[in-house]
Amino acid sequence: MGINRREFLRIAGIASLWGLGGQAAFEILKPGAIEAQARAPLSQGKKWSMVIDTRKFKTPEDFQRCIDACNKTHNVPKVANVRQEIKWIWTEKYENAFPDDQNQFLPESMAHKSFLVLCNHCTDPPCVRVCPTQATFKRPDGIVMMDYHRCIGCRFCMAGCPYGARSFNWRDPRKFLKEPTNPEYPTRSKGVVEKCNFCEERIAKGLYPACAEASNGAMTFGDLDNPNSEVRKLLKENYSIRRKPSLGTQPNVYFLV
Amino acid sequence: MYDENKIIPMIIVFVILVTFPLWYNLGKAAAKPDPKIDTPVIRQMKEKKCLEPKATMKTTHMKILDEWRHEVVRGDYKRLYTAADGRVFEKSLQNGCMKCHSNKTQFCDQCHNYMEVKPFCWDCHIAPKETK
Repeated sequence: MGINRREFLRIAGIASLWGLGGQAAFEILKPGAIEAQARAPLSQGKKWSMVIDTRKFKTPEDFQRCIDACNKTHNVPKVANVRQEIKWIWTEKYENAFPDDQNQFLPESMAHKSFLVLCNHCTDPPCVRVCPTQATFKRPDGIVMMDYHRCIGCRFCMAGCPYGARSFNWRDPRKFLKEPTNPEYPTRSKGVVEKCNFCEERIAKGLYPACAEASNGAMTFGDLDNPNSEVRKLLKENYSIRRKPSLGTQPNVYFLV
Repeated sequence: MYDENKIIPMIIVFVILVTFPLWYNLGKAAAKPDPKIDTPVIRQMKEKKCLEPKATMKTTHMKILDEWRHEVVRGDYKRLYTAADGRVFEKSLQNGCMKCHSNKTQFCDQCHNYMEVKPFCWDCHIAPKETK
């Protein structure tokens, strides 16, 4: 005997309720709940940042000291070809570093000044959004990390990064390591993108980033979420600028000018 | 049977050709790998013990390394591994394992070559300087 109308409606009702238990039910009963869960947790408790006091960088050696410290620590290859070079931390002229803040009558001291720039470890990083394999991701403590094991070398992140802070290994980077390598840190392989990692391997050991350590106090590293941190104190007492603020990536590298 | 004077020799030739790799390599088997743990660091250890028992390490060292790389790079970022008996190790191929097993050719490569396993760890991670 087939089911009667009452039985059919009962089964159909239960089945549709059961189906609603998934994503659809959330969307109907509690809109936005799923989206909120999928969004990356915003720096739980911690938000690492860097404050660079550009007034303390006077000679080219001041910049080079920091750059060398970084390159040595992370076995960054020195590729002479500009189109293939690997940059973790480098210098940029004012007009390239802060193209938003172009002022017709900039003080002479600013217009021709170099600025030390690195990955901004943005609060809302475009590189993470465009990476198809999640090889680049944002840690809860604010560091935008690269998982070289997972990078497929598609370079979407390089297109996404508005600061040019990512470099692609067109050739085996080991061939460009002249000095003895740092045995504590790996090199990279051909076909992966690399970038500044805020010295996460040093932070894990309680050490400050290599560039900040070599800068003689010109670069300060700390937790923006902690109101008593050194970085917060510096930002409270000085006027600071960030790179390309209009893009809304919320960089976590601040420049005191 | 028709054409047996052609078919039978051809069957014999076929069988010889197909079994060629078997009898050609007879008695030439590659030597069984014999990984060495004879390094300066291990020699000084009172009790020669790895983080897990030897049998476990033999079968699952690749799984342990895979777990470590996940945990350190994108898991909980904790870098210390506590073995079952309470000893603590750094979760690192380059800075952990290879500090003791500084004889990569004798320890890693022997088996990997024998098994035709080509892990790409050493494309990035720096192998230790081998000393006798």
